[in-house]
Amino acid sequence: MQDDKISAKLIEKAKELLSSGKVQLVIGWRKGLFDYDVTPSIFTTAEDLEKNFVYNKWCAANLSKYLVKETRKIETAKDTVRMNNKMAKQKDPASQDKPEPSVKILVFLKPCDTYSFTELLKEHRIFRDDIHAVGIPCDGMADASKKELLERCTVCKSKKHVTYDELLGEDGEVQDSKRFDEVEKLEKMTPDERYSFWQGELSRCIRCNACRDVCPACTCEQCIFDNPKSGAEHKVAADSFEENMFHIIRAWHVAGRCTDCGECSRVCPQHIPLHLLNRKFIKDINEIYEPYMAGSDMETKPPLLTFEKNDAEPNVVYTRDKSEEGGNK
Amino acid sequence: MSEPVENKKWQPKIVAFCCNWCSYAGADLAGNNRLEYPANVKIIRIPCSCRLNPLFILRAFQRGADGVILCGCHPGDCHYTSGNFFARRRMTLLFSMLDYLGIEKARTRVEWCSAAEGVRFAGIMNDFVSKITELGENKRLEDLRCKTTK
Repeated sequence: MQDDKISAKLIEKAKELLSSGKVQLVIGWRKGLFDYDVTPSIFTTAEDLEKNFVYNKWCAANLSKYLVKETRKIETAKDTVRMNNKMAKQKDPASQDKPEPSVKILVFLKPCDTYSFTELLKEHRIFRDDIHAVGIPCDGMADASKKELLERCTVCKSKKHVTYDELLGEDGEVQDSKRFDEVEKLEKMTPDERYSFWQGELSRCIRCNACRDVCPACTCEQCIFDNPKSGAEHKVAADSFEENMFHIIRAWHVAGRCTDCGECSRVCPQHIPLHLLNRKFIKDINEIYEPYMAGSDMETKPPLLTFEKNDAEPNVVYTRDKSEEGGNK
Repeated sequence: MSEPVENKKWQPKIVAFCCNWCSYAGADLAGNNRLEYPANVKIIRIPCSCRLNPLFILRAFQRGADGVILCGCHPGDCHYTSGNFFARRRMTLLFSMLDYLGIEKARTRVEWCSAAEGVRFAGIMNDFVSKITELGENKRLEDLRCKTTK
């Protein structure tokens, strides 16, 4: 009931903006065969919106990453027109400039999606001028495979929208999240227990690269894991090293930029708790350097792109907890 | 035909990434002064400690290293002003992650060592090699495909 009401509200908003010509594309969620079978999609017409647009508890997908490709297309089209105009001017100084195409994208963002959105803006991966962002409320999303609340929603970090053009519904507050509890539990284990825990989890990896493809922080156009020379481009041999390396490097590449949106764990077909790797980096940054939340603002420098003269030495990692003894002696 | 003589005693393989401006020169000094440090240490020269991609460390382990050490200029003395400050943050986070995954802490280390500290360089290497010898073979981050021995 509630879902239908809010869905209708979003459809109305989208139709209004489409018909007024303010936006030309709408990025939203498309109904599937089943309730839980919702996919992110692009809508261009009012009829399509009316028929297929949906917003309910299955709409966990973070839409901000789709903006990278879409805004890039718009900017490329603009650049082409600009270049053609310039060349026409060189041939014939009296020629008229063709107008640049003006396409704007409407995107619906849940509170945690706005963090990814802001982080993408901060990294200049998307173009703010091409986007009309509408913040929408969220009461927690459901896990399509387990039919219960997603882990990331049970420890929701914020109900506050960071960046938006307009807001439907009310803005919430940053919440006092318990999201590091599980990381702490792992840290308290002995190294051998941790090793066997992670081997159990990571050895299930089938290297489908879904975690990389869905991650709003992973936006490189060329990826080391697509390079056949890297030796880690696909699952060629069931060797534990490959899984270790893939997951360490994947988490490493988003360290300091990960907004903990939890998409990696959500899409993992093998249910590997990948968010625990990302959260470890976030927790370390918060503890060793200063508390930092990626995507919470546009100004603060990312922790790995800055430094203090009196930063902790790397051996702080080993001396932090003296009671713990490492190694397989 | 005589059987090939097998070296029964296991020897660790250590990869030392040394920055061109301080530690590599420090290693040079150690050599010039005829200071002894184990031959297990293979030195790889890098332009600055912050050139070290974390992937290099993992790759070294994959290809059979038992310990990896990064040596750079003392913080504040970097030839490029601030490289080692960035390297310091990166390595701290990476080592913490390796520890989190249950990989032995003592296998990785960062030391700052200037060009004048030949004695210190030899000391660090002696200490590191003895620690790794104690730890034993690297099992947790090895790649069986890269093993040369049976």
